[in-house]
Amino acid sequence: MSEPDPITDLDELATAERWMKAGREVAIATVVETWGSAPRPAGSHLVIDEQGNLAGSVSGGCVEGAVVAEAMDVIETGKPRMLDFGVADETAWEVGLSCGGRIRVYVERLG
Amino acid sequence: MDPHVLKKLNLERASRRAAIVLTDLGDGRDRLIGEGDEVAGDLGEALASRFRSGKSGIIAHGERELFANVHLPSPRLAIIGAVHICQALAPMARLAGFDVRIIDPRTAFATPERFAGFDLAADWPEDALKSRPLDAYTALAAITHDPKIDDFAISAALEAGCFYVGALGSRKTHAKRVDRLTEAGLSGEQIGRIDAPIGLDIGAASPGEIAVAILAKVVEALRSRGEVGNG
Repeated sequence: MSEPDPITDLDELATAERWMKAGREVAIATVVETWGSAPRPAGSHLVIDEQGNLAGSVSGGCVEGAVVAEAMDVIETGKPRMLDFGVADETAWEVGLSCGGRIRVYVERLG
Repeated sequence: MDPHVLKKLNLERASRRAAIVLTDLGDGRDRLIGEGDEVAGDLGEALASRFRSGKSGIIAHGERELFANVHLPSPRLAIIGAVHICQALAPMARLAGFDVRIIDPRTAFATPERFAGFDLAADWPEDALKSRPLDAYTALAAITHDPKIDDFAISAALEAGCFYVGALGSRKTHAKRVDRLTEAGLSGEQIGRIDAPIGLDIGAASPGEIAVAILAKVVEALRSRGEVGNG
């Protein structure tokens, strides 16, 4: 594979492997369930390293910040977590999906 | 995720083989299942159905909740004609997730300099398509404007059941093409599948705009035939 280009290289799983090989700690977040008008389908990934670098997406940008914060804990403890995001779910999470959908995101450490 | 699973998955994807990552949401264990791998019982059937639909989702398996992430080969776009429009269409299609292949026997157009980093064949479609035949996961855009080059590729795409077949040219040009293809033995139904004049009608004028119009129709065709690949 040639040098990665941040604009054309949209493959987050290839990015995850590259980061891992470079010795970076990596967490993988995956949309496992959606209800209503969710922005990204089940199976979509957001890949996060211990510095907070991102690749991919699990929403249109609405919940990525919260997922990154959780991913930091997951990287540290190695324990996977399930996150629920919905609209007007202010007590559980400070962020919600403006589109009105609901998603479940599974966050796990790579390795 | 097990690093070996990720490595194997990326290898399968690079080789254009379908694979499912099956994750137990209870204990976090995962494994990779290739299409055609033997999995017994209800789970085997559930996985086979996931391979067919291409949709990822949760499978209830006894007490356990399993997440099946389906990775089908990414769709391909074959562009016949290394022309100006192609210089815009090829990178746009790549960004949209397509494996792009460019075919044009005219060596003045098909130069590595104009298409650095792309799969480029400076051959006639008759020859280039032998090494990598068209299939149902492939779209074909014929944009040379030259029947000697376009016609064979269009016929081959219709015969192969490509999910999209588009051909550049005005209504008048297309009417002549329809006559030629009919004479060559293609059915009216097959010929009716050709998107011509090519692309979504957005009044596109420049090569870049025409590329947008073509790509819009390709994506529409892909998504209306069911999910193929999931980014």
